[in-house]
Amino acid sequence: MSDTNEMSNTSEQRRQFLKTSVGAAAVAIAPGMLMFDMAHGKTEAVSGKVRWGMLINTANCEDCDECVKACNKENGLSGGLSPTDSQWIRKVELKDMRTERSLALPMMCQHCAEPPCVDVCPTGASFKRADGIVLVDKHICIGCRYCMMACPYKARSFVHEPLHDQKPDVPRGKGVVESCTMCVQRIDKGLQPACAEACPNKSILFGNLNDPGSEISIKMRTEASTQVRADLGLDTGLRYQGI
Amino acid sequence: MANHSPLRFKNRIFYALVAAGGLVVLMGLYAAHMMEGHGHIITGMNNQIVWGMPHVFAIFLIVSASGVLNVSSIGSVFNKPAYKARAPLAGLLSIAMLAGGLTVLMLDLGRPDRIIVAMTRFNPTSVFAWNIFLYSGMFAAVALYLWTMMEKRMNPWSKPAGLLVFVWRFVLTTGTGVIFSFLVARQAYGTALLPPMFIVMSFAWGMAVFHVAQSSIYEWNEKLLDPYVQKRMKNLMGVLVIAAFYFVAAYHLTNLYFARQTGFERFILLDGGIYPLIFWIGYFLLGNLLPLLLIYHPALGKSRSILSASLLIILGGFSFLYVFIIGGQAFPLSIFPGYQVTSSFGDGAIGLYQPSLPEIMLGMGGVGIAFLITTIGVRVLDFVPHELPKSA
Ligand code: SF4
Ligand code: SF4
Repeated sequence: MSDTNEMSNTSEQRRQFLKTSVGAAAVAIAPGMLMFDMAHGKTEAVSGKVRWGMLINTANCEDCDECVKACNKENGLSGGLSPTDSQWIRKVELKDMRTERSLALPMMCQHCAEPPCVDVCPTGASFKRADGIVLVDKHICIGCRYCMMACPYKARSFVHEPLHDQKPDVPRGKGVVESCTMCVQRIDKGLQPACAEACPNKSILFGNLNDPGSEISIKMRTEASTQVRADLGLDTGLRYQGI
Repeated sequence: MANHSPLRFKNRIFYALVAAGGLVVLMGLYAAHMMEGHGHIITGMNNQIVWGMPHVFAIFLIVSASGVLNVSSIGSVFNKPAYKARAPLAGLLSIAMLAGGLTVLMLDLGRPDRIIVAMTRFNPTSVFAWNIFLYSGMFAAVALYLWTMMEKRMNPWSKPAGLLVFVWRFVLTTGTGVIFSFLVARQAYGTALLPPMFIVMSFAWGMAVFHVAQSSIYEWNEKLLDPYVQKRMKNLMGVLVIAAFYFVAAYHLTNLYFARQTGFERFILLDGGIYPLIFWIGYFLLGNLLPLLLIYHPALGKSRSILSASLLIILGGFSFLYVFIIGGQAFPLSIFPGYQVTSSFGDGAIGLYQPSLPEIMLGMGGVGIAFLITTIGVRVLDFVPHELPKSA
């Protein structure tokens, strides 16, 4: 319990800071940005009550990449796999070096409660929304890539080329950094993230970690789950089962 | 001493040098323009190696800009006349390299047009933001210091100004080291050893840059450097090179034995292909052993060999940074310790990086800026060290 108190304390501070940093951007309204700001304002009222998270059961992840396809489609990513292409979500194949057990899982931004990317960002373009979703404000990002250096999960991509045919509700831009947004544009409409919806095995459980009665909270209370690199103490919003 | 070369000829060389420097700067700007138009796709950088050649150049310039001030600090703070006479030149070199390094860093941004955003929005938790503040403050501090030295009336203030610069550059180099120290999840970085290591390296590199500039200026003016001053400065440079090497050795040994990052150390020092090669040949052999030999061997140690030693130390500095920055990123992040990992995003794989022409041109452009500012500064203002009679 004291844990959550501490959490809301830091998010209180961060929110204060965000108000100043996002304020000016609201003036420079680009259609996409307006959405981010509105979303930000809306969740502020319910702050502390909501922390979005996902619980991923890796049991059925081998030989499937429906989540990746759904993400690319929803967010207008090319799906290219070159080292300069954006990959907001990727399938990682793992093999335990001692037991030789192999498994696979989808990897993306872990929406850390203590996100290093936000700490290091010089401009405040990387920010954590009141509901725990970590985003990049593409109108403030200067493209220094320090957040990519700082992220322990390799969750971020830098847009290396001019973009064409963007989706109107998913603003992106050349020269700035981007990563999984947990599909804010959907969440703010009351929908689930595209990956969670697309998974044929219902392996991605999306929900409110701060609501003890939510399905995700109940499951996390009754079944074992882990944070990736829990030793770093970042309190990730994504938890995995089966690793 | 009679001056045999006609003045006009010298003037011509000066303009030729300025033109050459200007051309390099223009090429750098053109490269930046290309990068802005096409995106970073035309560089060798990618989502795994996010900082590349421009950062090697920029960090070398910025770190040396701080180190070169060693010369002035020894002069003003510790009151050594031989160094005091050289303080203005050191100050000029510092401003020149800072300008070059910062320009490269700025033009490499994904959105250089938003530099105003970087200056007006300040995230207090970001080391990067502090550094933006430290770098610009450094300009002001050194400019003030130069003014107190060059303006007779202000001379009494040069000591406090020197002290300010002395403290500031320590903080600045510490800040540069901390940029990497904060990256706790990366095996190459994230150690508290980095700030002191950067400070000592800055001394060595700065001294080398100073020697190159000083030798060229003396050559140009057909002046001979007082052998006594030369000896002292070269010995100091030797000590600094050894000290910097000590820190680099400590950094790798800590990784090996205490942090147990043997995988990473194996990669960087043994089987990582180009990186061990650059480390051992570029940094260790050419950047340390050879210059130390040139400095300390009794038969050598004359001005020519000191100039060569200085150039080699600079080469060593670039080699070190290449291995540190690019090699450090090429080694995969350990996201799932104990597992063998593969993915479409380069998880578990060594990152590939091939520096491209535009990013090298951009980096060289930064060197060009430093060169231009120094050359014009020395020519237009009086930055040639004037030996006080009896400098001992
Ligand atoms: S996973 Fe990386 S990008 Fe996502 S919040 Fe954490 S540090 Fe930031
Ligand atoms: S790349 Fe953008 S989001 Fe990342 S640290 Fe730099 S300014 Fe912040």
